[in-house]
Amino acid sequence: MSAQRQAGQLRQGGQPSESATKRLSRLLTMVPWLLNRQGVEIEEAAREFDVTPAQVEADLALLFLCGTPGGYPGDLIEAEWESGRVYLGNADTINRPLRLGVDEALALIVGLRALAAVPGIGERDAVVRALAKLEAATGSASAGTSRIQVLIDEGTSGEMVALAKESLAARRRLHLRYLVPGRDESTERDVDPMRVINFDAHWYLEGWCHRAEDVRLFRLDRIEALTILDEDGTPPSSAQPRDLDSGVFTPHPDDQLVRLALGPGAVWVSDYYPVESIERTQDGGAVMDLRTADTGWLRRLMWQLGDQATVLEPAELVAEVQRGARSALEAYADAAGSAESTPASG
Amino acid sequence: MSTKFNGAEKTERLLNLVICLLYTRKPLSKAKIRDAVPQYGTSVSDEAFDRMFERDKDELRELGIPLVTEPFDAFFEDEPGYRIDRREYALPEISFASDELAVLGLASRAWTQATLAGPAAQALRKLEAAGVERDDSSLIGIVPMVRTVEPSFEAVKNAVLQHTPVGFTYRTAGTGEVATRHVQPWAIASWHGHWYLTGFDTDRDAPRVFRLGRIEGEVTVEGTPGSYEVPENHQPTTMISTVAVDRDPQPAALRVRVGAGHSLRRQARTVSHTDDTWSLIIVDYTDTEAFTAEICSFGPDVVVQSPAELRESVIRQLTGALGGRSGGDHVNGEEANR
Repeated sequence: MSAQRQAGQLRQGGQPSESATKRLSRLLTMVPWLLNRQGVEIEEAAREFDVTPAQVEADLALLFLCGTPGGYPGDLIEAEWESGRVYLGNADTINRPLRLGVDEALALIVGLRALAAVPGIGERDAVVRALAKLEAATGSASAGTSRIQVLIDEGTSGEMVALAKESLAARRRLHLRYLVPGRDESTERDVDPMRVINFDAHWYLEGWCHRAEDVRLFRLDRIEALTILDEDGTPPSSAQPRDLDSGVFTPHPDDQLVRLALGPGAVWVSDYYPVESIERTQDGGAVMDLRTADTGWLRRLMWQLGDQATVLEPAELVAEVQRGARSALEAYADAAGSAESTPASG
Repeated sequence: MSTKFNGAEKTERLLNLVICLLYTRKPLSKAKIRDAVPQYGTSVSDEAFDRMFERDKDELRELGIPLVTEPFDAFFEDEPGYRIDRREYALPEISFASDELAVLGLASRAWTQATLAGPAAQALRKLEAAGVERDDSSLIGIVPMVRTVEPSFEAVKNAVLQHTPVGFTYRTAGTGEVATRHVQPWAIASWHGHWYLTGFDTDRDAPRVFRLGRIEGEVTVEGTPGSYEVPENHQPTTMISTVAVDRDPQPAALRVRVGAGHSLRRQARTVSHTDDTWSLIIVDYTDTEAFTAEICSFGPDVVVQSPAELRESVIRQLTGALGGRSGGDHVNGEEANR
């Protein structure tokens, strides 16, 4: 009885909105994972399963009440976690993870195939081996995966990708002439390379920028010139790769707050830029808050999105966007007659 | 109070059901299952138990648990029994080397920002459950990311996997024409950062390519799974690359303010100075929509001289930016233009 009561209390610390099947799915994976890692810390299990430590404890409390038919203590799963380390036993029936589901197999197989096709990837051998094992093990779950494809190509950045990788492998510093699109200007800087990222069909170099004295992302097709220097290019130990989960921009807390109204055709913006908060509107659009130090790029984004986006706040930015759009349109009114002229083709 | 615990109680019931059906060698009758799983004991009537058990069975099958129905006794074939085949249930024993797990980790994390992020992470955990730790240090630092920002992705992907005919509202590029399309989906592919659907358009009686970002609203299922065949050797990316590009590159003449439009100048075929304020550049483009966006991003610093189609497209977009949308009201592009 006391175990029952304790489990009940712990469950309150869990995730009330989670469905029973989603939780079951986690438990069926967690059991074999824990069985193979006796004495693992609760925190580590929580990180691995992307839940709170309290949720892991609630899950263990639940496991502790389950077992093979009979209901005698010897039938139940043994779980111990008082010390902060988890020990699990008597769970032989579910000591193997469930087969990969269709979406699970799909994500890994399509991802590996895309990796295998990345030009010049160093790990191609490991990718091919992993793919062969995975396809053999997933059987029918991987049947339709060939009809879902991700193509990662070099586009026009082939030469830059090769140079960036070369500097990474050799740990050498780079000198860049880089076009800052938000300001539409060319800049010179030295960079210690950290990794090369393919993101939305663009290649980026992430590295420690000596000019900004911070980690920066550089889109390879905006690098106008790249030289590999003789200097050592090991980034300072404080340089941490950015968490790309919130897109390629990182806001600072003292940046200006901007509120945008997005149409259904512009909601994607919230996936690319740093969102402070977002609220969906009835028509499938959204109202989104973000922080930024420089509104230049935002002005340009607004012109680009046309009627699909509007700045709601601050008022100065609203006026700037409108002034720019009006002035751009005036040029067309002035030059109405020249619309028919055709460029010389060659 | 009791509703708060219902979720946990149901998880307990489902877990005990899974363990019980994996544990048994012979198929179990419903009555035996009701005895064996303590949480069923609390159901008030036979009917309530039956309904609950049917739902539970369906939910376990949806999770991919191979729950089979078999005659549990050869002499009484009318009474079904249930069990879970352990060999069908368990992930086969695969041992991955640490560098293989490292690339599997890369493949999984590539979906971090996609609707498949959950399944991708869960799949990796299952593979790592065996105890091998991955060695990320061997990776040389190429990180691919796949995104699925298109709201229709899940519905279209499922239709592709299950061969299910679908219908949706589609906005054609260039003309902006909006129409309902009826399609037998063949494949989807991410190409140059956008997801495309290939399939057979049953109204136009021909294969077609659709960009998922141009699908408006819901995708509706319009038939039963498996009701058509996908052509053998269908190569989605080949089909997309030949169709998706609007046409061959064509030249545009742009007036670009001196000291601005760097990215356009870099792509330019020719750049000539007209006066101290403006340059005239000739640059090739293929995708009117994408090029319009790029030009508009320069605001008053770039003016299209020709062709007329690109000029109009830019004027339409800038007029939209001037009018914009207020709060949640959707301003239709056509209306804003006139």
